[in-house]
This record gives sequence, C-alpha cells and structure tokens, in this order.
Amino acid sequence: MTTVIENNQKNDRLEVGTPLLEVKDLHVEFHTRDGIAKAVNGVNYSVAAGETLAVLGESGSGKSVTAQTIMGILDMPPGKVTQGQILFRGQDMLTMGNEERRKIRGQKIAMIFQDALSALNPVLSVGYQLGEMFRVHQGASKKEAKEKAIELMDRVRIPAARQRVNDYPHQFSGGMRQRIMIAMALSLQPDLIIADEPTTALDVTVQAQVMDLLAELQAEYNMGLILITHDLGVVADVADKIAVMYAGRIVETAPVHELYANPAHPYTKGLLRSIPRLDQKGQELYAIKGLPPNLLKVPAGCAFNPRCDVATDLCRTEIPALHHVTDKDGKELTGRRSACHLWKETLHG
Amino acid sequence: MGRFVARRLLQMIPVFLGTTALIFFMVHLLPGDPLAALWGDKAPDPVQLAALKHQQGLDQPLLQQYLSYMGNLLTGDFGTSLDGRPVLDKITDALPVTVRLALFAFAIEIVVGIAIGLFSGLRRGKLFDKGTLVLTLLLIAIPVPVLGFVVQTVFGQNLKWVTPTVQDSNDITQLVLPAVVLGSLSLAYVARLTRTSIAENIKADYVRTAVAKGLPRRKVIGTHLLRNSMIPVVTYLGTDLGNLMAGAIVTEGIFNVQGVGHALYQAINMKEGATVSGFVAFLVLVYLAAGLIVDLLYAVLDPRIRYA
Ligand SMILES: Nc1ncnc2c1ncn2[C@@H]1O[C@H](COP(=O)(O)OP(=O)(O)O)[C@@H](O)[C@H]1O
Ligand SMILES: [Mg+2]
Repeated sequence: MTTVIENNQKNDRLEVGTPLLEVKDLHVEFHTRDGIAKAVNGVNYSVAAGETLAVLGESGSGKSVTAQTIMGILDMPPGKVTQGQILFRGQDMLTMGNEERRKIRGQKIAMIFQDALSALNPVLSVGYQLGEMFRVHQGASKKEAKEKAIELMDRVRIPAARQRVNDYPHQFSGGMRQRIMIAMALSLQPDLIIADEPTTALDVTVQAQVMDLLAELQAEYNMGLILITHDLGVVADVADKIAVMYAGRIVETAPVHELYANPAHPYTKGLLRSIPRLDQKGQELYAIKGLPPNLLKVPAGCAFNPRCDVATDLCRTEIPALHHVTDKDGKELTGRRSACHLWKETLHG
Repeated sequence: MGRFVARRLLQMIPVFLGTTALIFFMVHLLPGDPLAALWGDKAPDPVQLAALKHQQGLDQPLLQQYLSYMGNLLTGDFGTSLDGRPVLDKITDALPVTVRLALFAFAIEIVVGIAIGLFSGLRRGKLFDKGTLVLTLLLIAIPVPVLGFVVQTVFGQNLKWVTPTVQDSNDITQLVLPAVVLGSLSLAYVARLTRTSIAENIKADYVRTAVAKGLPRRKVIGTHLLRNSMIPVVTYLGTDLGNLMAGAIVTEGIFNVQGVGHALYQAINMKEGATVSGFVAFLVLVYLAAGLIVDLLYAVLDPRIRYA
C-alpha cells in the first residue's frame, strides 16, 4: 500500500487548472456498407487532475467512440479519425508513434468497460490478469505480481482476496467482477480513468456501491475521471461537470449542480424530466418523443429538431454553435455552454 | 476431475469389449480357411488339418474361442499367429512405426496449420489470407492417394530429394514425405479453423481490454487472443488423432512403410484372426486414450468447463 500513498503527490507537477486531457474538435466516422456514419462530429471536452467529467447522452450518441479514440482502441477500419486532436498533458496522442501511445495506455490512462464479464478474459485467472499489469509494465516477477494482485483485490474490497486470486471471472458476481475491472484500471495509478457505463450492467443495489468505490478511489489518488453514462441519476453525486452529447456533438456543458437546476438545452431538459422521482410516484414517466437520429442521415440544422418541442425554422436549417451562456444580466456563466439557438429562452424563459 | 477420469476409464471397458468382439467375429466371417492355405495349392491332408485345428483351438464353438481369446488377452497374451510368431511381437514391431508416422503428421498439422491460420486470421482479406483459402481448399479437394502419388513423383523421381518409397521405416527422416501427405488434409482444416476462430475472437471485448492495458501486440495475440481461439481447434485435433491413425494405414500403403497398415493388410489376407484382433484391440485403446486426453486438455484451456 506504500506505493499508493506516494502517488498522491504525483499529479502535483501539473499546474492547477491545466487540463490533463483535452479533446479538441474530434471527428470520427465509420465507413460501412450502407454509407458513412458520422459518429463524432466536433467534440470538445477537457478533464483536470482530480476532476470528474460526466459524459451523458442516449445510446448511440458517440460517447463510447470518443472514449475509444482517446484510448486508442477504436476499430480501424471501419472507424476513422478525420479531424481533431487529443492532448494528454499537452501532447497530441493522435500523432504519436504506436509504442509511445502504448506506454500511455494502462499506465497513464486506464479504462473501465461496461460489461466486465466480456471485458475480462474468460480463460485466465483474475490474479493473472491483474498481475499482468505489473509484469508487463514494471517487470515484476510472477510472485510479486500475484501479491500485488491480492493487494489490489483487497483495495477494491473483494472478500477473501488471497483465496480467490486464482479464480476465473465467471466465478465472481457481477459487482465483484466490476470491482476487478476497477482494480485493474487502478493498478498502475494512472492519471486518468475513463469509465464507460461502469454500472449499467449491474443490479441497482450494487450500482451505488461500485459507484461509491470508484468515486472514493478517484478522490484518494487525485485522478481525473471521465464517467460515461446514459443515466443522469448516477452522476449527480460524483461528477464535477457534465457534457451532454447528442448525435456525435456536445450540446450542453455545465457544472453538475447548475445543469440540474437550470438546463440550457431542450434535450437536457427532456433528460432531466425523464428521471424517475419519488415525489412523482405513480405518475406516468416522461419520455422524450421520437428516437435518436440515424447517423447515416442526420437531420439538417440542429440534429435534435425533430424531437424538440420548441424548434423553429432556424433550428431546421442551421446547425447551432456551442454558445457561451450568460445569466439574465448578461454575465458569462463559467463552464456553461449550450448548442441551442434558443438557449436564452430555455435557460431564462 | 479425478471422478471424471475414473468414469471415463470405466466407460472405456464396454467400448473396448464391444469393438474387439465385433472384429473377432467379423474375421471369422471372411471366406476361406486360414489353415488350409498353409498347404498352398495342394489339397490339405484332412488328418493333419484336423490336428492343427484342434491344437489352435479352432475346432471349438466360436463363442468359446472368443471367451478364451479375451481371457488370454486380459493376462497380456495376444496369442500366436499362424507363422508361429507371438502377435504381441508383431504389434510391438509395427505399432511404433505407425504411431511415429501419425504423430509426425500431427505435429506438422499443429505447427504449420496453426501458424498459417493465425497469420491469415490477423490479415483477413489480404493476399496471404486469400492464398491460404485457395491452397487449403485444394488440399481438401485432392484425395490423399493422388496427393501421395504426385509428391512421390515430384520429390522422389523427378527432383530425387528422397527415395520415392521408404526403405527403412525406423528412419524418421524417411518419414517426412509420408507425414506431410498424411497431415495435409488435417492441416488444411486446422488452418481454416484457426483462421476463423482468430478473426472472430480478435473483435472480442477481452482483446480490446488487453490492448487498453497497454500490453505489447505479441502479448495481446499470444496470451489473450490465441489461447481463446485454440478451443475449437483442440476439439478438432482430438477427433483427428484417431483419423490420422486410420489415414496412416493408407499412407503406409503408398510409401511402403512397414507399420500397422502393412501388417494388418497381410493379416487380413491370411485370415489370421488373432493378429487382426490384436492390432484392432490396440488401435481401439489408442483412440480411447486420445479422446480422454483431448477432453482433459479442453478443460485446461477453458476453465469454464468443469468435469465432475
Ligand atoms: N465498430 C463500429 N462499426 C460501425 N459503426 C460503429 C461502430 N462503433 C460505433 N459505431 C457507430 O457509432 C455510433 C455511436 O456509438 P457509441 O459511441 O458506441 O454510442 P454510445 O453513446 O451509446 O456509447 C453508433 O450508433 C454506431 O452507428
Ligand atoms: Mg456506449
């Protein structure tokens, strides 16, 4: 556990407020038989050390593809990055050599996947898969790696870690498996963790435990965290800021509590209204009408316009820019942006 | 695991008894009298013939013969062939040659087949992969005797790299050509199976995880991808070990290898019941053991499979 404590100072080299990771104008498309699917269309976001960015959006909005591009695990082909930069500590990872990039993966940026059962190798013991990190990246011996694996399993509170280190993924429950994924991502104390729907595959009761563990470890190691989810309920307690994605674009960004209190995009408003709430028990749950667009033919103008209650002609012809958002007195709200022609009416109306 | 092995061993007993009985009775259905053949073209002397029959126990009812044969077998006595040699001697002479040939072919098909399949699977749709598909299809389409003949002609007679037929069956270098011919069909299947399995598994989530862990490519492939992809291939290899033993008998004929095929062919011609039954009993044991080994290997490769 000593290594863990040393790491707390690790990120201090970075100036306060300097982003650890910056995604700049990222465009990703998939060349398929049916045509070109534009999955990511100019995404910008950034995360600082110790900060949690929640990326929110319905299924198919490009959250995972963005994460995969950051991680360098995009399926290419059919995927293709056509534009943009991904700066890690100021260095563009998209122009790096393979070997340089590989050394960032796992050591500097780690990823937690949605479905731990399929993300873990079914034929290797969890101890082997955890220990592999130390063996490959730090040249640890088999024995050392095993001890470290046990230590990690203890750290993520897996009961009887020493007895279970040689067990295989299928012998663990869903929640325990996700803890193992978290342990694996954490093993080399990376600067940044990307968690792609880490609790979606879990039972509701287990979701909160896993989320709490993740948030706790993140705070302890002062890591940046990108938390991808389609569930607004999950992020309220853990995230610092939120980026809402729709059809491969960021449509709104805001500090988490401001977004909950006062959304500046009709899509965010719809998402918030569709969270089940105890005080509205018995009432029919709200759902945004219609379905997310087919990425092969995104509607002209604002991609959300066919589903929007307040859309105007302008919305059907012109793609809205990601506007800076101001309060009623015209003072700019820091960290707040909205890609809606009608953000003023939405926010203040 | 222990219980599984014990049960499998017990299951082998009826299978072994059944197959040996079948062969024993089938040999006796063959036309002609093996003892009469000892007189060649001359008519056999009835008195001598009857005496010989009595001495060999061939005048007893067939069931009686079978029971005493099996009784002897259990004590390790495989009987004596008509030329006076113990059958066990013949087996220990011929079996190693065939086993060596089959294992040689097996090794070739595993090493070459998996290597080709791996590279094709990783480069699906590229030139190497397309070449593999065409070549393996050819190997599957060409009958083994034809392939054997072509190889014999090209490498033996035209290029003179080797002698067309095997002179010394115990010289492993002379077995190279027969082994290649014997293993070619299975090699094609192994290559194709590996290719498909690799191409399928390379998209698996755990491979993506391995990349995300920052593992070098050779580790991603060697540790994570290959091991999972081998599961269907090992299943095939298990059933194939038996096929290779049978195939070896054909290949032996083409290249004049003095193995089981050669001995069995002669024994059948001579209607030597004891020899034929002895060889078959041994082959059955080899099949059963190979099957068991593969099942166990399967469990080693895939921990989700547990035998109880
Ligand atoms: N491997 C792929 N091949 C083709 N298209 C893909 C692939 N992965 C993602 N896409 C496309 O990208 C879109 C966004 O996917 P994704 O980022 O996974 O959405 P989500 O926001 O649910 O994580 C999908 O709707 C799909 O059209
Ligand atoms: Mg996703």
